[in-house]
Amino acid sequence: MRSKSSRYILEALTIALVIFFLIPLVLVIINAAKDNNEIFRSPAALPENWGNIWANITNIWTNPNIRYSQALMNSVIVTFFSLMGITISSAMAAWVLVRTKTKTSMFIFLLFVAAMVIPFQVVMFPLVRWFSIVQNATGIQLLRSYTGIVIAYMGFGSSLSIFLFHGFIKSIPLDIEEAAYVDGCGKIKTFFYIVLPILKPIYVTVLILNGIWIWNDYLLPMLVLGKGTAVQTIPLAVSNFAGAFVTSYDLLLTAILMAIVPVIFFFILAQKYIIKGMVEGSVK
Amino acid sequence: MDKEKRKQKIVFWLFLAPALIAFMMVQIIPFGIGLYYSFTNWSATAQASIDWVGIRNYQQIFKDVQFLYSTIITSVYTLMNIIAVNIIAFSLALLVTSKIKGKNFYRAGFFLPNVIGGIILGYLWQFIFNRFIVQIATTAGVAFLQTSILRTPNGALLALVIVSTWQYAGYIMMIYVAALQNVPRDLIEAAEIDGATAWQRFKAITIPMVRPAFTVTLFLTLVNSFKQFDVNVSLVGVGPATVFMDRIINGTSLLALNIYNTSAVQLNTALAQAKAILFFIVLVVFSLLQVYFSKRKEIEL
Repeated sequence: MRSKSSRYILEALTIALVIFFLIPLVLVIINAAKDNNEIFRSPAALPENWGNIWANITNIWTNPNIRYSQALMNSVIVTFFSLMGITISSAMAAWVLVRTKTKTSMFIFLLFVAAMVIPFQVVMFPLVRWFSIVQNATGIQLLRSYTGIVIAYMGFGSSLSIFLFHGFIKSIPLDIEEAAYVDGCGKIKTFFYIVLPILKPIYVTVLILNGIWIWNDYLLPMLVLGKGTAVQTIPLAVSNFAGAFVTSYDLLLTAILMAIVPVIFFFILAQKYIIKGMVEGSVK
Repeated sequence: MDKEKRKQKIVFWLFLAPALIAFMMVQIIPFGIGLYYSFTNWSATAQASIDWVGIRNYQQIFKDVQFLYSTIITSVYTLMNIIAVNIIAFSLALLVTSKIKGKNFYRAGFFLPNVIGGIILGYLWQFIFNRFIVQIATTAGVAFLQTSILRTPNGALLALVIVSTWQYAGYIMMIYVAALQNVPRDLIEAAEIDGATAWQRFKAITIPMVRPAFTVTLFLTLVNSFKQFDVNVSLVGVGPATVFMDRIINGTSLLALNIYNTSAVQLNTALAQAKAILFFIVLVVFSLLQVYFSKRKEIEL
């Protein structure tokens, strides 16, 4: 009997804490459905007219200062191609690094892993400089372009991704690959048809870890794409907008809401994988 | 056989190439360039040539009052954050591993802020501190909350801790949850039968069993707090001005933001680069020390 009532107390406490934790997000939703005056009068109350939320959303969607629709598209493009690049290139690299037992192979792997301790601050300014040097020499547009930022994410994402793939591949028995080889399957075919499908669980982890990072990242796109240029991701667009319209809370909160919704939607769909992936990725 | 070996080699480099080239392009080469540029007069403005100046930039760092102040508040912020995040995360972890229903839902709820970017969260909380709390306090007649806490340097720093704790606690909680689930049930039950109280069981079984998790969580909170940038930028920016060593300086410019602004505002990229190298060294030393001491504690038990 005693343990039952103590369980109810614990349950009530947890519910209260979760609600308290999520209040900031609730505030965004209710205030995105108000105009600025109403927000000033009563920021905690439910909106007088929920219909305002559509007006505000339309406003942000078409607002030339934030260009939300373009920013959304850019974020999707940058995240998608970076993830493709990171996962495939890292899986390929990790596989040959595990299966080739030479000093060179060992050294390259350690180099990838050691680079994880380098904070972004150390390489960010030289990176922009180096990109502009390469751009001038080769004519390949790296700054303010999709190409540049995808290469940047491939480079920065490679360390952790290779580390994770490496750990997983080590546990795959060699027999499977050898059997495929005996059957006349070439190295490239072996990788794409035999190894890659086995990597699926760790592949999901690597996708999620990098995906959440890239989607939310601010400093790298700011440096490589630049502020207020043609290619802007959502964090950049919201920050440009917030700088200019700092007291229009109705629009600012709507912009925040629209930036949060895709992430929350994705989180609800795949929360089990996301939580597992993000925790696993860091603990290793 | 030789042909076979050569083929192996080609496959090795072919598979390695995409990741390795991108890695060299954005990490190794810029690291080398950065190291060199920290000894030059590199500037963010157009300049005819970049000249070697020896250790001048590094000497200048130690005369930079703003940088000294940034180092101090970053350390304070890091310490407060480590304590707040870990206490809250561990308490929440105990709650969501207890015998309650709907654990997965609560876990997801606490974890949620972590998937939203720091930039966006900063603007969101700016509204809460500047508008929401002020308005509520005015209506309720609570005098001391009627001016936003973001207006004073100490208040703004506290706000930074609150927001980063809110963002990060759910994540660290999940690491503790994983550790708590590994505590063998029969061990606790055996202790219960032997008459150990809940507190004794907690102290003698749970804490030692989850100690390895503390190494991970302390390391993660240390490194992430030290590198804080996004929430700093969007929540408080460089913050309200304050006086330090007879100089008027920015009140909440943490190290990462100070490094950024040294190039973006002061246009002295070489100095920013030297600060970044120092930042890197301090970070490495901190992390090594922390891991070293935590590991030693683990073995002692």
